[in-house]
Amino acid sequence: MTPILFASIGVAITTLSGAVNISLEGTMLISAFFGVIVSAFTKSLILGLIAGILAGVALSSILSYFHLKLKADIILAAIALNLFASGLTVFLLYIFAKDKGTSSSLRSLVFPSIDIPILKDIPIVGEIFSGHNILTYFALLSVLIFYILIFKTPLGLRIRAVGQNPDAASSVGINVNKIKFYALILSGFFGALGGLYLSMGYVSWFARDMTAGRGFIAIAASNLGANLPLGVFLASILFGTLNTIAIYLSSLQIPSEFIQMIPYVATIITLAIYSIQASRKKRKS
Amino acid sequence: MDKYVLKYFNLIRTIIAILIGIFICILIIFIISKDPQDGLRYFLLGPFTSVSRLGNVIEMASPIILCGLAIAIPFQAEQFNVGAEGALFISAAVATGFGVSTAFPKIIHIPLILLVAGGVGAIWGFIPGILKAKWNTNELVVTLMMNYVALFLSLYIINFHFRDKKANFLVSYQLPKTAWFDQFIENTRIHYGVLLTVVLVILVYILLYKTKLGYEIRMTGLNINFAKYGGINTFKIIVLSQVIGGFIAGIAGISEVMGIHRRFNWQATPGYGWDGVTVAIIGRNHPILIAFASIFIAYIRVSGQVLNLLTDVPSEIVTIFESIIILLITAEAFLSQWKYKITVREAEKREVKVESAS
Repeated sequence: MTPILFASIGVAITTLSGAVNISLEGTMLISAFFGVIVSAFTKSLILGLIAGILAGVALSSILSYFHLKLKADIILAAIALNLFASGLTVFLLYIFAKDKGTSSSLRSLVFPSIDIPILKDIPIVGEIFSGHNILTYFALLSVLIFYILIFKTPLGLRIRAVGQNPDAASSVGINVNKIKFYALILSGFFGALGGLYLSMGYVSWFARDMTAGRGFIAIAASNLGANLPLGVFLASILFGTLNTIAIYLSSLQIPSEFIQMIPYVATIITLAIYSIQASRKKRKS
Repeated sequence: MDKYVLKYFNLIRTIIAILIGIFICILIIFIISKDPQDGLRYFLLGPFTSVSRLGNVIEMASPIILCGLAIAIPFQAEQFNVGAEGALFISAAVATGFGVSTAFPKIIHIPLILLVAGGVGAIWGFIPGILKAKWNTNELVVTLMMNYVALFLSLYIINFHFRDKKANFLVSYQLPKTAWFDQFIENTRIHYGVLLTVVLVILVYILLYKTKLGYEIRMTGLNINFAKYGGINTFKIIVLSQVIGGFIAGIAGISEVMGIHRRFNWQATPGYGWDGVTVAIIGRNHPILIAFASIFIAYIRVSGQVLNLLTDVPSEIVTIFESIIILLITAEAFLSQWKYKITVREAEKREVKVESAS
């Protein structure tokens, strides 16, 4: 759930600013990679964290430079960057680890898990809420940060304004491109954390294309959750749960494919319902 | 000369983007390789090292071309349908199932399988099409999601109904010989599906540029309100462009199954749908240019394989190369100042001519 939650917050921020960011797949991948490599060579978790975040933000900056400055279509540019991230990480993996599959020959570091005092001693509740990775707790906190950012800060107001009507926003003196740039950078930041969790929390190595479509799943989750903090949070939990059920079912020889399909079908149906409602509203007014 | 630059500006821009890409790759090869000359040679001329590699280029180009066409038709109508990947996968799975469970003479079996594949692909294009046309649902997100639905649905179909239990991997039963596209050039795997691809390129070209439907698709893409005002049924065009695209994507997958693997052996989507997006961008949605772009992409992919095999340069350099090219080509403002300057100069020249004539 953690990586999807991070990434869908990232997607939601850009969607609120009026653009679909499908480059989170690449962002997560490149952050996962640089986190592992830098932590392995410097033996510093903090430097790994910083490198991962910088790499993710750098990819978003390239995207915004091409989209906002060079007027590239954001979807096509994002597709290119996903390709770029996939190629670059395997390329560098081979250079650094002499392996094209995983970085397991490098000794990289992982983010620690945290036990919450008192809570961890309560049966069941303690098992559910305590002992998770520090990034998981930060992901939960990020939902709150996302909420405050979007609904309680001037920047959030501007992001929403730009997303709803860029012309109106620009007419009251908002620099639309600048706001979109901020939204993309924020999205890169959250995506980067999701990537770092994959390679330095969930497991302790980098594997080629290890994001395995999570950047796209995040698009589903953020759409399913209407791009709002609580919605995105619940959608990510749903996706995580269904994934666990699917893994469990496949060990029982029951077709798990249908369970795995649910999130995507649900997203399509939700999107259709939203758009039907929106077009009805339009017709009425 | 300025006049020609303006006329062929897009082509020149594409070539410059490719040259920049090549330059960056050469730079990378020189930095990381112990034997950069070998690396360079194979990067540029890798596929020419043997007949079978040259054949690989053609085999690989074929599904990429078809996916490029499948993407380009909705793109021309300004529909961001990126569902070729899913359409290709589900069509191949269903049509393989149909192929292994039916028996006909070859002359009937092959067209029937192709029709089944195309039909499934068309349905896969119809869903986002109708959602978009009727309620303005974002077709990009819908098709992205449908790619995953297609993946899991296909794996289910193959795994639980047509799985060859004798094989160690998740593969379907082998297609009967009546469903094979034969390979007709020795030392290569070039099959009749490649010829089908050529035919489809020509057909799509005619469709887009020589028929009323094609005109309506392009008009809808240029300006949907204008098209509506001019009496074009844009509802129909939005749906139809994605249905036709889905149909061709359906052919793309099964053609490779029938010509090369002879059974459904994909465990994950093969990525041709995304390559289709790439070549549609490079070829600016023009069928003939897409064919060239696909051969180019296939060429550098095979170069990548040769590099991987014979030098210390990882094949992923090719992926980096591709992404740089796409980025530069999609960046509309790339070289636009240059174009602006030439346009001004050309206009000034014309003005001088007009003045001196009067």
